[in-house]
Amino acid sequence: MEIVYALAIGILAGAGVWLLLRPRTFQVLIGLTLLSYATNIFIFGMGRLALHRAPIIDTANAPVDPQLYADPVPQALVLTAIVIGFATTALFLVVVLALRGLSGTDHVDGQEPDA
Amino acid sequence: MNAILRHLVVLPVLVPLVAGAAMFFLAEARRTVRVSFAVVSVLTQLSVAIGLLYLTSDAAPYIWPEGVGVYAIGGWPAPFGIVLVVDRLSAVMLTLGAIVALATLIYSVAQWDRPGQPFHSLFQFLTMGLNGAFLTGDLFNLFVFFEVLLAASYGLLLRGGGAPRVKWGLHYIAVNLTASFFFLIGVALIYGMAGTLNMADLAGRAAALAPQDRALFDAGAAILGIAFLIKAASWPLNFWLPGAYSIATAPVAAAFAMMTKVGFYAVLRLGTLLQEYETLGAALFYIGLATLVSGTIGMLAAKHLARLVAYSVLASMGTLLASLGLRVEALTTPVLYYLIVSVLTTCTFFMLTGMTDRTRVTDTPSSAETRATEADAEPVYVAYGIKQPSMHESDEDVGIAIPAAMAFLGMIFVCCALLVSGLPPLPGFLAKFALLSTVVHSVAADSAPVSIWVLCSTIVLSGFASLIALSRIGMRLFWSVAARTTPRLRLLEAAPVAALVLLCLGLTVAIEPVTRYLGEAARSLHEPDTYIRTVLSQETRREQQGGPRP
Repeated sequence: MEIVYALAIGILAGAGVWLLLRPRTFQVLIGLTLLSYATNIFIFGMGRLALHRAPIIDTANAPVDPQLYADPVPQALVLTAIVIGFATTALFLVVVLALRGLSGTDHVDGQEPDA
Repeated sequence: MNAILRHLVVLPVLVPLVAGAAMFFLAEARRTVRVSFAVVSVLTQLSVAIGLLYLTSDAAPYIWPEGVGVYAIGGWPAPFGIVLVVDRLSAVMLTLGAIVALATLIYSVAQWDRPGQPFHSLFQFLTMGLNGAFLTGDLFNLFVFFEVLLAASYGLLLRGGGAPRVKWGLHYIAVNLTASFFFLIGVALIYGMAGTLNMADLAGRAAALAPQDRALFDAGAAILGIAFLIKAASWPLNFWLPGAYSIATAPVAAAFAMMTKVGFYAVLRLGTLLQEYETLGAALFYIGLATLVSGTIGMLAAKHLARLVAYSVLASMGTLLASLGLRVEALTTPVLYYLIVSVLTTCTFFMLTGMTDRTRVTDTPSSAETRATEADAEPVYVAYGIKQPSMHESDEDVGIAIPAAMAFLGMIFVCCALLVSGLPPLPGFLAKFALLSTVVHSVAADSAPVSIWVLCSTIVLSGFASLIALSRIGMRLFWSVAARTTPRLRLLEAAPVAALVLLCLGLTVAIEPVTRYLGEAARSLHEPDTYIRTVLSQETRREQQGGPRP
């Protein structure tokens, strides 16, 4: 599972960086989105990958063995990161549309390089 | 009484949040109510910040005897709960931020907050993010507050519209979003290795890490450092800044004066807490030097005043980072003094550019171009169903105009030039002098004097170059009489600018008490044990009783 997970992060981040460096605003937008996916999965992975472990401790059957539970903190962090990343990317989309409308081109510099 | 005063720590975050949110519920027409909300909020923040400044000092040992105040937001003790921590450095930064906010707010009321967008709400959220970033004792909340202030800054930067602003806004957002992902990756790595996000707890755990974990932890810290350095506009991660800052409206750019300093604050705070200086220092020195040089070259090349001021931000950031990179503890006090002066200078100077821009009659090519694109863009605004905003502010008069406008502008310009280039009698001189003399005096103790002489000569040469650049632009602005008009200056615009210059003069006079306080702040920075002990202490936990217990 770890190798699949690591590959997924690597491919998402690589594709994200590649698109981020492209000259078209929509490519940059998708690049940022992919990069945010990679980051979010990475944060989740930092809580260690494990199957069949709940992040919420059930105090009913005490004594509690922490070994049986997943770390809830990265899951909380990743929720916050998703919300913030999604909101700022949505704002970026608005700016992309505004630039397209104002400059008539989808180049990030607002003008074609040879124009 | 003491119990109430303890709650002061949370006010700099709460007050702007409540004020900013409440303004959304006010009808568009009720501008006076909105403005008074904003002014009251910023005044409250300023008085709270000054209160914290006093309470963390040695003069008031009865609440926080060690000068470090901890506030557990949810009543849960650190390191499990989220804490706000105020120490002397935080208090200084809060006060500085509140002063800048007050000045820019009053300035903006004169005319800049007119077009419909929620300027005042965004402005409040910007101050909330700044205050939160200075107060938080938790790495992930530092990220959240960074995002709060960045989200507000995106909106503020785009104010006024027009193609150039949207273009530079796009670059600014893209760079800062990428920096945020760096931030998150760094935080995740650090959490994965050390198992905590509380900065005080982190300091102890980082020291106790196993060697194989240490490598990944250092990688996380380095990635985090890159994120901070992007925000602090250090070379080569600073090409977004001159365009974005020079295209923003004057009060927005002035309010941004504080934002690059947040990145610097984070580097300083975590660098001292995690004792990362040994690995960080050498690189920081060269990065700072390169930033200083690039800023200076940019100042020499700038044709417009706003661009020149934006590059002077880079030069000041370079000076700060390079001085920090020398790893001389005695340097922290002059560095902090320089930081205060440079924030006030940048703020004043950006507000001045808003007023000198109105002296221009003949269109420069760039603004003619802007108008052409604006005309092209008209159908777009129609399509979106909004009124087309004007790049050029209306001449509608608000309040009292002040006499002798040109003389006033010239005086302020001279003061700003003295501040940037570091000439007496304004504190730019004292700041650079204190910095250089401390650097030179540390020669005997340091083993690498070459870097010291390189830094000294670069700072002096940069000051000289900025003097040349500023005199050239000043002559063109004020002495080339052709095609200039005298603008009508409103009292509301002129007063905050004059007040900031007077405050700078005050900093010269009061250098002794100010540096004494900053010295204490620097001392507690370099002895982080007090900070760590107070945040994690049992006493803090007992004080917080009454909240939910784990």
